[in-house]
Amino acid sequence: MKMNAILETSAADCHPASVRDYTPLPELRALQLQRVQAVVARAWDHVELFRSRMDERGLVPEDIHSLDDIAKLPFTVKSDLRDTYPFGLFASPMKDVVRLHVSSGTTGKPIVVAYTSDDVSVWTSVIVRCLAGCGLHRGDILQNAYGYGLFTGGLGAHYGAEALGATVVPTSGGNADRQIMLLKDFGVTAICCTPTYFLHLIDRAAELGVDLKQLPLRAGVFGAEPWTESMRRHIENKSSIEAFDIYGLSEIIGPGVACECRRHQGLHIFEDHFYPEIIDPDTGEALPEGTEGELVLTTLSKHAMPMIRYRTRDITMLLPDRCQCGRTLRRMGRIGRRSDDMLIIRGVNVFPSQVESALLQIEGTLPNYQIVLTREQGLDQMEVRVEVTPHMFNDQIGALQGLQARIQSALDHVLGIRVQVALVEAYSLERSQGKAKRVIDRRTS
Amino acid sequence: MKINQISLFAENKPGHISAPARLLAQEGIDIRALFLADSQHFGIVRMIVSDWQKAAAVFEAHGFVVKVTEVLAVEVPDHPGGLADVLGALDGSGINIEYMYAFPYPRGDQAILIFRFADPDAAIAQLQTAGINLLASDELLK
Repeated sequence: MKMNAILETSAADCHPASVRDYTPLPELRALQLQRVQAVVARAWDHVELFRSRMDERGLVPEDIHSLDDIAKLPFTVKSDLRDTYPFGLFASPMKDVVRLHVSSGTTGKPIVVAYTSDDVSVWTSVIVRCLAGCGLHRGDILQNAYGYGLFTGGLGAHYGAEALGATVVPTSGGNADRQIMLLKDFGVTAICCTPTYFLHLIDRAAELGVDLKQLPLRAGVFGAEPWTESMRRHIENKSSIEAFDIYGLSEIIGPGVACECRRHQGLHIFEDHFYPEIIDPDTGEALPEGTEGELVLTTLSKHAMPMIRYRTRDITMLLPDRCQCGRTLRRMGRIGRRSDDMLIIRGVNVFPSQVESALLQIEGTLPNYQIVLTREQGLDQMEVRVEVTPHMFNDQIGALQGLQARIQSALDHVLGIRVQVALVEAYSLERSQGKAKRVIDRRTS
Repeated sequence: MKINQISLFAENKPGHISAPARLLAQEGIDIRALFLADSQHFGIVRMIVSDWQKAAAVFEAHGFVVKVTEVLAVEVPDHPGGLADVLGALDGSGINIEYMYAFPYPRGDQAILIFRFADPDAAIAQLQTAGINLLASDELLK
């Protein structure tokens, strides 16, 4: 049975680690139940916050008899990680912890995540499965332009790519000119980075006279921030790569929670390690497959820092059908937005992704932008700051004012509210870990 | 006849001109003419410098958005009516001036007018026919 499923896939997908992607459903569900029972027991034994929340509900680990019982468990939220900073949610003694990562905190304390040696192996294996699903294999040269260091992106992708057997070029983020030089000189076939950073590389390559379409580069694995289908089309038009969406978050493991296969119809969740649920973000009630809501994840095999029903704030849905690729793993839709991304401006719901698609339409390229919210005399004001790129710059005031007006009218039209547009100098907007910082909210409520 | 002018995008904020000025100073590049076009929120710094290629490379390396445009430099007598004579030569020709600025010549009693035309070649022909002296790059920068 398993063999048939594998035969449906392309030869490039057939890395031995990918066999897990085709686990027959009864076997997968049984494995999930066994693992969730173990992880709940582990958290109960070692994590005080979790045990006290279970106590409040009158629950004990033995109350989990089926996967449906997961819905009874208490949620974990991001502030729990901050409140217990640095090591309060660890379920392993420090002697068993081999790695710590720290997530960039936008406000207040950062969050710390921990891995045992087994956790690192699991992480590596899911990245192998991601990359194999993107059609990568031994012999590929992969440039890893995710930031190395405290951020999970760089090291996470690195170990997985090496385990796959690819040749890894660990460029980390930054220095676009050198990135482009290495892509060219090494004959790099795949790149991992944030989609925003790849857009920057596209623009910079054009300025340097490097035609990305002429390079052997054929796959891009992009994640760490939400991106849109229009960005995918733009990326695939400007280079000869196939663009894949990879999903993950430090709290769960880092990159590698889910990834697209070559069908590009949603991201397969590595369900043998991460149990997904979709809930109504307002009521916390579970929602059926095919309904959009907040993604909640439970780690099924993490030792150092188990996460039970972690609220990701990412809005998506579980897709109801099986993927044509033959994997039994359920898929989630692309993350277009986060529940905490939604801005309410003068009573109107606004998502940064709407601003992004408006900018892409006008310029045919995505400049760096930032949304700044202020409140003047009780009224919300929204300003969109757009970095002027060489492509946009014209040395006549009138032409720039015309551009500003076109952006303004496109935004007014898409958002349905009046916004201010400011053209700002290149590289003047704040970035963290290569991720653009999209929203600054200075409204005091 | 065409002179390469460097333009930079600058936000209309205190201190935003000093960084490019400092860069040119560090590189020993001389500014021959400078004009600031501004709107409410942003401005364009247009400059004619002693070494435009080096200046463009230095600015780009420091993350500035740079544009190089071709302009014409016209020499006129620095007395009343000098500008009117040059503009008179263009009247009726349908040649459109996109922008212009003027500065006094350091030597003698001449002034220099810098013009950006939509069609610089047509403008060169028209001005030369009218006997107006266009400066070459090396003459302007010497």
